[in-house]
Amino acid sequence: MTVRRTTLGGHTFEFASLADLLARATPHRSGDVLAGCAAGSAAERVAAQSVLADLPLATFLEEQVVGYDEDDVTRLILDTHDRAAFAPVASLTVGEFRDRLLAWAAAGDEPAISALAPGLTPEMVAAVSKLMRNADLVAVGRRARVVTGFRSTIGLPGRLASRLQPNHPTDDPLGVTASILDGLLHGSGDAVIGINPATDSPAQTVALLELVDAVIQRYGIPTQSCVLAHVTTTLRALERGAPVDLVFQSVAGTQAANRGFGVTLDLLAEARAGALALGRGTVGRDVMYFETGQGSALSADAHRGVDGRPVDQQTLEARAYGVARHFGPLLVNTVVGFIGPEYLYDGKQVLRAGLEDHFCGKLLGLPMGVDVCYTNHAEVDPDDTDALMLLLGAAGCSFVIAVPGSDDVMLHYQSLSFSDVLTARQVLGLRPAPEFEEWLARMDLLGPDGRVRDLPADAPTTRALLAAARP
Amino acid sequence: MSVHEGQDGHSGPDPWAALRSATRARVALGRAGDALPTSRELEFRAAHAVARDAVHAPLDPVRVRAALPGLEVLEVRSAAADRAEYLQRPDLGRRLAEGTALPSAGADLGIVIADGLSPRAVHEHAAGLVTALLARLAGWSVAPLVLAHQARVALGDEIGAALGLRAVVVLVGERPGLSSADSLGVYLTWDPRPGRVDAERNCVSNVRPPHGLGYEQAASTVAALLAGARELGASGVALKDEAALPG
Repeated sequence: MTVRRTTLGGHTFEFASLADLLARATPHRSGDVLAGCAAGSAAERVAAQSVLADLPLATFLEEQVVGYDEDDVTRLILDTHDRAAFAPVASLTVGEFRDRLLAWAAAGDEPAISALAPGLTPEMVAAVSKLMRNADLVAVGRRARVVTGFRSTIGLPGRLASRLQPNHPTDDPLGVTASILDGLLHGSGDAVIGINPATDSPAQTVALLELVDAVIQRYGIPTQSCVLAHVTTTLRALERGAPVDLVFQSVAGTQAANRGFGVTLDLLAEARAGALALGRGTVGRDVMYFETGQGSALSADAHRGVDGRPVDQQTLEARAYGVARHFGPLLVNTVVGFIGPEYLYDGKQVLRAGLEDHFCGKLLGLPMGVDVCYTNHAEVDPDDTDALMLLLGAAGCSFVIAVPGSDDVMLHYQSLSFSDVLTARQVLGLRPAPEFEEWLARMDLLGPDGRVRDLPADAPTTRALLAAARP
Repeated sequence: MSVHEGQDGHSGPDPWAALRSATRARVALGRAGDALPTSRELEFRAAHAVARDAVHAPLDPVRVRAALPGLEVLEVRSAAADRAEYLQRPDLGRRLAEGTALPSAGADLGIVIADGLSPRAVHEHAAGLVTALLARLAGWSVAPLVLAHQARVALGDEIGAALGLRAVVVLVGERPGLSSADSLGVYLTWDPRPGRVDAERNCVSNVRPPHGLGYEQAASTVAALLAGARELGASGVALKDEAALPG
């Protein structure tokens, strides 16, 4: 293990391992304090950032944070690394890499930034993010272009899609339908209509898939459905011939954490093949949907790397993207304030984490979205989520999650509302996914100014859509 | 399809009525421009404010004792110094503060009242539930009640071990939701000692009459679980699978 040291403010700081260096360089957050790997002082944090800035990027190909022999995520990352794609930045330090990315971003050179993805490892991307300010994360994130498709196209410039999340505490069909229709009337649902089922069973999953599929078919909506059951449940649904558009799974950045989720790389590959075989996409064939979130490995006590030392939660989050990108997903989102204040304590930490996750995901080639959310025991409120939403819109975030009135009545947390998505689009001049936008126009839901119309309950379009609630 | 195809005139005056009744989700709130109308915005803020206050209002021991006249109540604190530390360091909320002395109680069973994430739930429901539970514990010797500040469920393990109990029941304020800020949870652990994991506990949640589970029903379930745990010599997954429980 290489010990690295530097002097700052008259103190010498030593970093015993690469994992320690990354952790100490991370902007303050409660989860790293809980894990015992955070910097002990503000000076130590900047000292670590200084050492990190001088570290050659190629170090991450030689020295591991989580061991190659113990962890299949590390093996996946290193075995699939593309040296040709890495070549343009292979000689740079982490600090020089930051400077180069910002120069490309300022020049609007999307191809230069976007082409790097297969040559970058999660650890490299996490490292450079730790040297960036929030505005840097926005500036570079918006120039990393990732476009995916199934029935709608996600990630085009000037677009902000949304996942319509119509959860219900008992999966009541009419209750779920009510939320779907409310979302559609607000122009939400172009990324996916995605339900977290109250009960993770094949029968319930099939029932919900059929419900959403019927709505999509009835109105010819160019979007996709997803029931966010465990991948093994979706496999059972596939066996039963259910209309599966997307395969969902939560993934994390270590093999141990994925084991905690009951997931292996082989299982994900099997489910992906099953969904692909159905051939249900029209504009694309991207059939995977992943969720992640800083703190998931720590909460499963699966956050340790080389020599059993704790790895910071942001680096582990980026490693989860290393898993996700292997499967060519349509959608990936971090659930940034869901897991609780012991991981991200307040609005400042949630804001920073949301921007980091979007940046890291995009740089690694993922169609990155964010669930901008919070729980009632975190020091976060709608002013904080407004700020993150607008910054993400500016950063070119692929999609956000939206629920009726910000209140998820099944998972008991608050995310963005359908109205919030309208506000973000209006303020930032963003539009829905193109296929979905055309559908909104066909349904008379789009005004001449391109905004989603505020229709009364007895308008013909409203009545037409609400007719879906009748059997 | 034409947008007018579904218009067949028998949706009634408010086509949302049936849909609204099928979910507590905040559907069809209306709009002010692209945002929520003021009244809806204030409704949401009110729900969030009540939930926030439930998390942060401190546990009031005088109030809890007054509701349990004649019962001996010991008071302890976890190693979390204040609410901010409690929220960020769940590990500290699972350990007793340094220097805490609890004498062996010479009893089978202890009841711990823990503030958890909603002291309000303790204020409103702990006394009612304790009273209903004690009425069903013939055949058990019960230690003095323990009231625990800045406490997580697992603090009951250390308390139970110190008191020398065979079983501990922890009443804890649950994380407030937007529409339920006063929900009390109950966790039963057989042979409590530090290191027990969640799979070794049984839980009865959402005690909050009149909207959630009532005291009598919750107490009956806990008493049945206790009887099952004594027979089995264990709590948790094994007990849940084997015991026939009422309710």
